[in-house]
Amino acid sequence: MLRKRVIPCLDVKDGRVVKGTRFVNLTDEGDPVELARRYAAEGADEICYLDISATPDGRSTMLETIRDTAATVFIPLTVGGGVRSVDDMRRVLRAGADKVVINSAAVQRPRLIQECARAFGRQCVVIAIDARRTGRSWTLHTHGGRVDVHLDAIAWAARAERLGAGELLITSIDRDGTKDGYDLALLRAIRNSTTIPIIASGGAGRPADLTAAIVEGAADAVLAASIFHRSEYSIAEVKADLASAGVAVRGIT
Amino acid sequence: MTRVAVIDHGAGNLVSMVRALERVGAAPTLVDQGSLKAFDAVVLPGVGATGPAMRTLNRAGLSAELRSFEGPLLGVCVGMQLLFESSSEDDTECLGLFKGKVESLEASPLPHIGWNSVVTESEGIFGSPASEELFYFVHSFAARPDDDAVVTAWTTYGKDRFASVVATGHVTGVQFHPERSGDAGLDLLTRFVATATEARHVA
Repeated sequence: MLRKRVIPCLDVKDGRVVKGTRFVNLTDEGDPVELARRYAAEGADEICYLDISATPDGRSTMLETIRDTAATVFIPLTVGGGVRSVDDMRRVLRAGADKVVINSAAVQRPRLIQECARAFGRQCVVIAIDARRTGRSWTLHTHGGRVDVHLDAIAWAARAERLGAGELLITSIDRDGTKDGYDLALLRAIRNSTTIPIIASGGAGRPADLTAAIVEGAADAVLAASIFHRSEYSIAEVKADLASAGVAVRGIT
Repeated sequence: MTRVAVIDHGAGNLVSMVRALERVGAAPTLVDQGSLKAFDAVVLPGVGATGPAMRTLNRAGLSAELRSFEGPLLGVCVGMQLLFESSSEDDTECLGLFKGKVESLEASPLPHIGWNSVVTESEGIFGSPASEELFYFVHSFAARPDDDAVVTAWTTYGKDRFASVVATGHVTGVQFHPERSGDAGLDLLTRFVATATEARHVA
């Protein structure tokens, strides 16, 4: 049976992890490679890097980070941030990423999804959708949630799938950083209008939130940052909670 | 040291496979053209889409090299699919080292992404019978061999049970990514490299 995935996410800027970590005995707690290695050893099913560098130098540093990660971490690596073309995507994949997250660039030029899927196969094209609730629907945002592009997020998800997306990374802007749990209605709405895997993001505060995203939100994977970096929860604790709810996970039999 | 050619067909992540082979003590080289005769073993990795991958192999003359290579050959993911006669992805004619076709999985959601059980049914280099291990998958298509006798392990996704390991003679295909499957994957690559080392000593 396919296991549900638990994915720690690291925000990386100019080659350094920018959010605090809970690991006190790392030699360098800002080193994404060391953190990724640590999470892999703890039972993470996949690692996600989001590059928030704003400069060309930062971007090339990211490629170095990906290369260094591939040399020591032998679980899947998903990388997002700054990918605007097929060539950008090729560079990230050839540095050692397995999947690439595309966000604003795909909204600005939807054909990019098609081009990337044709070149590399849809299985490595992850489309990130940042959604904000407005009444009974959700509107699509770009540029880290700052820009409202006045599109229906659910309709965009379905369109991204038709264009060649292989997976969707769904972030609730309302819940992001609140620790109030994922937006389960948003996840269900996306599930009901698409047939590709969904990664839930935004709002994780405790293990039960991740379990709810999978059991009630019908997500295929859960992504979280701060609960792994800052607070007391380990990946094993999250997986134990999932297992107790009857969800099949790797590492717990 | 065991010299392993890692075929570069132009797309996707090859670094992980190269690093994983280094980790298990082999000497990998990325190869995008020329002869494979100098190598003890070949890995046809699993990234990209079937159509572009096959076109690149044909253009570089590597299809003929792969068909005539006599040492241990491991196809991974799309690399496994390329070992069959044809694929319905991009309607592509493939290498034909195994009889059968590659077709879309019949399950949802697709792609099949994540860690799934690989249940070994008959003895091969990749495990003893009736063993079950988790490996990382990311694919929408799977091989449908004409003869189930080449299948040494199966995986079930939804209601679709598909061949996750096929083997015949010196050629093996795995639908999952050993280079992305943690310790289980590195163990598998260790055994693959060991068969290449043995084959070289016999020769």
